[in-house]
Parts: sequence; structure tokens; C-alpha cells
Amino acid sequence: MRILGALQLDHAAARLGGRLIWTEVDLEVQEGEFVAILGPNGAGKSTLLKALLGVVPLAEGSVRVFGRPVRRGSDEIGYLPQRRRFDPDLRIRAVDLVRLGLDGERWGMSLPSPAKTNRVAEMVELVGAAAYQDRPIGELSGGEQQRILIAQALVSGARMLALDEPLESLDLNNQQAISELIRSICQTRGVTVLLVAHDINPILPFVDRVVYVAGGHVLSGKPQEVIRTETLTALYGTPVEVLHTSDGRIVVVGQYEPVTHHPDDH
Amino acid sequence: MPEPGPSWDVVADIQLLLQFHFMQNAFLAGTLVALLAGTAGYFVVLRGQSFAAHMLSQVGFPGAAAGVLVHVSPVLGLIVFCVGAAVGIAAIGREVDAGQRLESAAIGSILAFSLGLGFLFVRLYGGSAQGIYAFLFGTILGITDRDVQLTFAVALVTIASLAAIGRPLMFASVDPDVAQARGVPVRMLSLAFLLILALSVAITVQIVGTLLIFALLVAPAASALQLTARQGRGIALSVALSLAFTWLGLALAYFTNVPVGFFITTLAFVFYLAVRLVKTRRTVVAPA
Repeated sequence: MRILGALQLDHAAARLGGRLIWTEVDLEVQEGEFVAILGPNGAGKSTLLKALLGVVPLAEGSVRVFGRPVRRGSDEIGYLPQRRRFDPDLRIRAVDLVRLGLDGERWGMSLPSPAKTNRVAEMVELVGAAAYQDRPIGELSGGEQQRILIAQALVSGARMLALDEPLESLDLNNQQAISELIRSICQTRGVTVLLVAHDINPILPFVDRVVYVAGGHVLSGKPQEVIRTETLTALYGTPVEVLHTSDGRIVVVGQYEPVTHHPDDH
Repeated sequence: MPEPGPSWDVVADIQLLLQFHFMQNAFLAGTLVALLAGTAGYFVVLRGQSFAAHMLSQVGFPGAAAGVLVHVSPVLGLIVFCVGAAVGIAAIGREVDAGQRLESAAIGSILAFSLGLGFLFVRLYGGSAQGIYAFLFGTILGITDRDVQLTFAVALVTIASLAAIGRPLMFASVDPDVAQARGVPVRMLSLAFLLILALSVAITVQIVGTLLIFALLVAPAASALQLTARQGRGIALSVALSLAFTWLGLALAYFTNVPVGFFITTLAFVFYLAVRLVKTRRTVVAPA
């Protein structure tokens, strides 16, 4: 019998608001891989994550996570949605937010449990957030909030992280630090990471593979194979150009960005 | 009133306070409402739904008037209007409405319309303004034994329901996207919370008055949330403050003959103001 990967999409298509946003998607991700999901706004990067979370049902085809059909609320996937910052006035302790990731979906009152407290403490330690775990989440910086959210995503024993633009609105130092943290979680714990990004550059040194979503289709491979003028032009269906700056950054020029139709990047 | 004034002997004062049956009932009902409002209020403030609470505590007025007009019980009218309003707010939906601009606009519109209806019903009934006045400011000093029993039942049901849904409701309140992905029925909880709030307000409002309900639903929880970011302590503190304001307000009103509603709202407001001032000073002096 063939060993199934962490994620497998077969002939998948997704519909959003009546419109097919991508079709014919075949994709396989192996356990422990760090995969970046790239593409222009509105191409359906977030929808790809929501499909494997079971939040957005597929219009066609199938998606399997760790060999099983997806279902909403699975402990195996930790999710970090695309967001603005937490409301500065939200007066809930950071550590309580992590705890909600463990048993927040259960009914009834939360009773003291040393095992659960230890599990939460372990995750807070892992992401390096122990120093500010007792402060209200709204008062933390963007980078601190991301660390707490990664701990929350991992705490229920997730083997896969689905991260939607976790580096957005962070400064360069924090982008670097969070990318390194994700890489180290991926390596030391064998966690599969799917990370949606608007810009490949901060994560380029860390990813194993990129998945490019554009023009209603998906292309995956090594960054240097996929992010090339010819490949992306074929994928977009319109001319785009990939430039390499002298400091090693990659810039994609001429990519089509739909205007005003979708305030959220789905 | 001719009673002797308070002394520094607390025991004697309490004996004095509770010598009449109507004061015993006022303390019992007040205590129950404070427990209920302190608990529910924590979620109201956490979810940023103070305006929804305001509306639910006012929207019963035309309901009660309608009930009187068509010769059914005013309580039935209250319940119908409060529940209708709760469903109305929930139908507008929070899912796509992170800033709650839609919600607050919807609440404002529903509230204005309902007050307009209330005036119409009162005019049609041709009744005096006395009843409306009693409704708005409560009749906590005229509470019957049956009222106390009813309040007890409502407080019990409300607190038990909140205990049952409290944890996922907390999750859905602070982090709706992740909660939904984890299988929490976010929209259903939003409706459930508003319905619990609507029913408990509808029944207690005619006992202690809309002013008191609204005061206890927001200010104590708002102060508690400023003072602690721990959930358990926050709820406990919110309840403790509600109880303190209610008891103290009742005692002050008894000894001074000034309306209870004034004292309770003033205590709640002054405490909240003090908490905010201290917090602001602290942030200015020593930024965290």
C-alpha cells in the first residue's frame, strides 16, 4: 500500500460566491514539509487553507489530510486565520487564549487540570512567549501575538499548521524571527507547515517548496523552479516577469491584482 | 420616612434595614438580579455588546404597552419584543462584521422604532405616564414574594445556561475565526447568548426596572475587565461589584429617601470612572 502524504488534493475545485476560483488542483504535501502558498490577491490562497480545514467545501474532487477526508474541528490541523491585530482593548490573558486552543470548543465549565496547564505551558515555552503570557492579548505587539497564536494552533497536538499570512504587518526583524520559529517547529516536531504569504522573500531561506495559486490553477515545486518568468507567465496566462535584485530578493512584476471585488483575500 | 437614621453599629443598621418585608424582598430580588447581571454582563462587555444590552433593556417598553393594549399579560409582550429584537440583531450577523458597525446601526434603528411603537401604544391605551415611569425606573421597593420566586428561577436558568455555553462562547467572542475552524458553532452561540440575555432581561425588567438592569449589565463588568484579564476572576469580580452596588444602593436609598436607581447607577458609574482614571494615569506615568 502506498504511504499517503500529509495533504492530498485530487482534481479539486473550489467555488466562492458562485465563482469557481480554482479548478483541477492536484497537490501532494509530505509530512514535515514547509510549503509556502503564494499568488496574487483574490487567487484563492486562503480558500485553499479553508478547504483543507473543512470550512469551505470543495466544488469538485477530494481533499485528504493524513489520509483521511477532512472535517471541521480536527485536532490534527492548527489554524491561524488571516487577521488584523487583536483589538487593543481585548482584556483576556495571552495564556488563556492558548488554553482555548486546547479545549475551547467543549461545552461546560473549564475545570482546573494540571495536565492541561502543563500542556499549555509547554507550548508557550516552545514559542518563547513565557515572559508575556499573563498580559492581555490586546496589549501585545504583532510579533508577540503571532507567537501566542502559533502556540494556540499547536496546543491540541496538531501535526499540520495552516497559517494564513502570519508575517503580514510584522516588521522585518519579526518576520525573520517568526519564520525561524516556524522552521524550527517544522524540523524538531515534524509538523507539516502550509504558510500563505504575499511576499516570498522573508521565508525563501526556510521553505522546502512553494505552491503558486494564480489564474484559477495551482503550480508547485522548488522556489527556483516555480518562480520563473516563463512558468509564471504560463500559469497567470498573462505576461509577468520575475526579477532578481542584487541583494537576492525576488520580485514578481506585472501580476494581475483584481481591484475592489474582494476586500478579503480569499 | 420616620425611621431612625443609620449608626456606626453595622449589625443594628442591618437589622434596621431588614425589619420590613418589602426591604427583605428588595434585597433578595436585588441580589438575584446582581448575580445574573454580573455574570451575563461579563460576556456583554467582552463581546462589545453594551449597545445590544441597552437595547434589550429598553425594547420591552413597547412590548409591555402592547400587552396591556391587547389585554394579554405585559410580561408576554415584554418577552415577545425582547426575543424578537434579539433574533433581529443576530440575523444581521456578526460573521462579516468585525467592527460591529452593521450591528450597532441595526440596533439603533430597531430601538428607535420600538420606542416609537411604545408611544403609539401608550397613546392608544390612553393610560397615564405613571406606568411607564414605573417601568423605566423600577419598583424594587414593591416586590412581591412571587416576584422573588420568579427572579430566582430566571437567575438560576440564566447562570446555568451561561455555565453550559461559557467556554465556547468565550472562544467565539475573542477569536471567532479560529473557533469556527475548531468546530464551535459561532453564529448559533451568538444567537443563543442574545436569547438568554433577552429572556432574562424581559422577566427581570418589570421587577427592578430597565435602568437597574442596564446599569448592572455593563458598568460592573466593564470595571472588572479593566481590573483583571483572568476570566474566572473577571466574572467573580463583576458579580461582586454588582452585589456591592446593589446592596449599598438599597441601604443608602432606605436611609435617605432618594431613589434606589439613582444610587446604584451612581455607584456603578463612579467606580468605573475611578478605575479608568487610575488605569489611564498608570499608563501615562509608566508605559508598559
